[in-house]
Amino acid sequence: MSTIALHDEHNHDHADHGHHKETLISKYIFSMDHKMIAKQFLVTGIIMAVIAMGLSILFRIQLAWPDKNFPFLETFLGKWAEGGRIKSDFYLALVTIHGTIMVFFVLTAGLSGTFSNLLIPLQIGARDMASPFLNMLSYWFFFTACVIMMSSFFIQTGPASGGWTVYPPLSALPTAIPGSGMGMTLWLISMVLFVASSLMGGINYVSTILNMRTKGMDLWKMPLTIWAFFLTAILGILSFPVLVAGVVLLVFDRSFGTSFYLSDIVMGTNILPNEGGSPILWQHLFWFLGHPEVYIVIMPALGISSEVISVNSRKPIFGYHAMVYSLIGITVLSFIVWGHHMFVTGMNPLLGGVFMITTLIIAVPSAVKTFNYLATLWRGNIRFTPAMLFAIGLVSFFISGGLTGIFLGNASLDINLHDTYFVVAHFHLVMGSAAIFGMLAGVYHWYPKMFGRMMNAKLGYLHFWLTFIAAYLVFFPLHFLGLDGVPRRYYAFTEFEFMKKWLTVNVFVTWAAIIAALAQVAFLFNFFYSIYKGKKAPQNPWESNTLEWTAPVEHLHGNWPGEIPTVYRWPYDYSKPGHDADFIPQTVPFSQTMSSNLPHDFEGNEEAEKIQQDWEIANPVTENKG
Amino acid sequence: MSLRKFIMNKTTGALAVILAVFANTSVFAQEAASVAASAPKVDMGDVYKSVIFYILVFLAICLFIAIVGKAIRVYELSREAQGKPVGINWNRVHASLFALFLVLGLYGVYWEYTVHGAMLLPDAASVHGERIDQMFNLTLIITTIVFVVTHILLFGFSYIYKYSAKRKAYYYPHNNTIEKIWTIVPALVLTVLVLMGFLTWRSIFYKVDDPKNMPIQIEVTSEQFKWSIRYPGADGVVGHKNYKLTTSTNTLGIDFKDLKSRDDQMADEMVIPVGKPVKLILTSKDVIHSFYMPHFRVQLNTVPGMQTIFEFTPTITTSEMQQKTNDPNFKYLFYCAKICGSGHYNMQKVVRVVSIEEYKTWLAEQKTYLNDDLRKQFNLPVAPTPAASEADSSATDSSAVKTNQMALNK
Repeated sequence: MSTIALHDEHNHDHADHGHHKETLISKYIFSMDHKMIAKQFLVTGIIMAVIAMGLSILFRIQLAWPDKNFPFLETFLGKWAEGGRIKSDFYLALVTIHGTIMVFFVLTAGLSGTFSNLLIPLQIGARDMASPFLNMLSYWFFFTACVIMMSSFFIQTGPASGGWTVYPPLSALPTAIPGSGMGMTLWLISMVLFVASSLMGGINYVSTILNMRTKGMDLWKMPLTIWAFFLTAILGILSFPVLVAGVVLLVFDRSFGTSFYLSDIVMGTNILPNEGGSPILWQHLFWFLGHPEVYIVIMPALGISSEVISVNSRKPIFGYHAMVYSLIGITVLSFIVWGHHMFVTGMNPLLGGVFMITTLIIAVPSAVKTFNYLATLWRGNIRFTPAMLFAIGLVSFFISGGLTGIFLGNASLDINLHDTYFVVAHFHLVMGSAAIFGMLAGVYHWYPKMFGRMMNAKLGYLHFWLTFIAAYLVFFPLHFLGLDGVPRRYYAFTEFEFMKKWLTVNVFVTWAAIIAALAQVAFLFNFFYSIYKGKKAPQNPWESNTLEWTAPVEHLHGNWPGEIPTVYRWPYDYSKPGHDADFIPQTVPFSQTMSSNLPHDFEGNEEAEKIQQDWEIANPVTENKG
Repeated sequence: MSLRKFIMNKTTGALAVILAVFANTSVFAQEAASVAASAPKVDMGDVYKSVIFYILVFLAICLFIAIVGKAIRVYELSREAQGKPVGINWNRVHASLFALFLVLGLYGVYWEYTVHGAMLLPDAASVHGERIDQMFNLTLIITTIVFVVTHILLFGFSYIYKYSAKRKAYYYPHNNTIEKIWTIVPALVLTVLVLMGFLTWRSIFYKVDDPKNMPIQIEVTSEQFKWSIRYPGADGVVGHKNYKLTTSTNTLGIDFKDLKSRDDQMADEMVIPVGKPVKLILTSKDVIHSFYMPHFRVQLNTVPGMQTIFEFTPTITTSEMQQKTNDPNFKYLFYCAKICGSGHYNMQKVVRVVSIEEYKTWLAEQKTYLNDDLRKQFNLPVAPTPAASEADSSATDSSAVKTNQMALNK
């Protein structure tokens, strides 16, 4: 009852809003409308992704041609690429910032921020987020974090360069690497702002989903996207504060002379006064966030692909409950597996054994999800929209990258694979490529909802095939470098005789990466061009069941004119036998689909079952269903 | 009528684009011609290196794609205008591409396994490494089967169940039996792998010392960007260190007040006898490094402020490995695997596995860390015969070891 009252109040609010005029600033910049904030997150995320991709091309060039000069690099990078060759310090800065941007700014904020903001109110039937102001603040904290992170490229000592995990003491001592000076300070400030942004977003998502669902939208009628965003937000809320704790201690160590992470350190012959700390402590704090973080990255992508695969297979997602339970399983387990990043870092081996067990258990829900995707495709009627192509690509990457996780999760095998290219290949497939593909699937699928226009499908096809093939060409060979014992984050392979045989592979991988990067031009052009010139979107372009497609194409503050639609059924009634169309939106009551209702639709409501039985007796089936 | 007008517009649009291309290519040609005219023997290498060249190539490709796109559009619209069925069935195109991708992809995986798979590390040269390799192979077999089967299903389904207006998808929301099966089967397989991994892990890190075959202690200290190796000397125990004692002469901060330190020896390479257990004591002076010795399946981080310990037994000597790998230059190495600064990519030392006799002769030739400067620093008697040893300190190294041992035996 109380929720209904709340909605009415909001509705009233909305009527008031209609009168006062929106200015440019309140509509496009400091907007509190969830749809606009979603677009802000998306565009910022795309820009950061392009930057991070550019950084990766720079260090791929260095890896492929370690002994060649590229004068244009000096033109752009100045003293960091003197003589047209990237310096070793700057190489490490590149990999560090590439990782940081991709993991946090693109795949956390860009993915969760965009689609949670866009879809949560629209798919659960709410007029906006629980706290629109907090939502706006969340974006602007994120934006500030991005600006601060990028500003570190413009300081004398360069950006942070201790790897994206910024393990102290390397990240704590400017004498160890120049990037640990001012650049690292900026990294830490940026990260604190970023976490604040994530928390504000997460709290908003959770409270909106729990409190503001429309009439009839019980938890088990929510689309899997919403389940994924919900659990992702919970993960973020519980794990990000731990990172802040770790970051604050690191700030203390760096700036105020404490010794949380530092002890017994001698730089050359300079004996540092720090005593009693442990670098391992940082690793525990970092990975307590860091591991849930990879699920924060992949779960929204899995939620999006569940929705996209179901819609475009014209089939209900197979095992909806199993999908939800496996998401819950992943959420819970992801808190107790962080130690698998630390098998050989000096953590007590006893813990290594424990973390190995929990880590391999988490593979079970992941496997269930994969099999359910395959079962959804089985006997479907698959429409290969660009979104569907990317969702299938995601499943492929998730399998390929997930399977190598079984090697790395096994502590004994990890001894020889830790910090090698095998790890690089593993996580770039399972959380890099898979999550990016989930994000792209989401962009192609919900672009009509965001901008009211369609993207060009053919450019989407081109984009998919080039990216899909190139991503495999980039990451598959890297496994073998790792199996040969080539460590990651090596500036050049020139100093080791045995690595020289991989130089040709490096050249190949770099060319594949360049092709993948150029393929994104097809996307960027399509994205920005279609905002203005795309074909006008119809009301429900993909013939989808979920609630967002009942909202008018033209955006309005409050999402629906008049009353918010009521939900009667789960979101996956595709190709239901007995119904004439191959989809039944969630807003269609069972009384209008008597010919297709199934006994379990009524969830034990005897009265409804009786009505259905009476109807079936009155209307005997004449033709063969299905 | 209006539709036809629209098509005309499109075709004119396409024509304009084609014209633009021709204009562009002719400009291109002129540019090339002018370059050729000004410098007849131009070195094309510079041209290929120039960024502008590549940008132009890319723009040309973009234009080509745009033309193809327009051409497809014109074709589709003209078919639509003539009332014929849709020109290109994109669902069929993608389904076929997925099938093709499956076939080529599986071949690619096979190629990778056989070609790149043959370029990997040789068989493990340590006792525990053999167990790791066995488990690796088992995991590889299981995951490869799953990988191939799931991909055949994924792309196979994509091919078979492509969209058809005549068909309706099969409404199949769940099947509890199947779901239980594919929850329990992976769980069982993983349980087997976990158990094997757990037992192997325990066998590596929880070793019980055999009093008849005590491991050789070797301490390895990392710093930016080099390794220092310390052998224990005659007493078989590496002595205490205290980072506060670090000076330019005592770079490791060895505490020579500890009697066990006095006979500790330094070495430029790690020489170990085959078949004898080796206990590595790993520490770091400055930042975290990782001691990585892949041929022996050994890796452990070196962490400032604490010791990490890895025990292993080498099984194949360097010369045997040279024969096995058919590479007379083969060397065992250890190097850094944890990002540690600008010199991270070149931080290596050679490991030599030799027979026990060879090991003993080699060891006898190694200098001690304790030298006369340090003796003075620690207020130790410089040597029983000070004049002689001070006269030529380098020549008396082996005698210093002996005297040291004598001192310890007392």
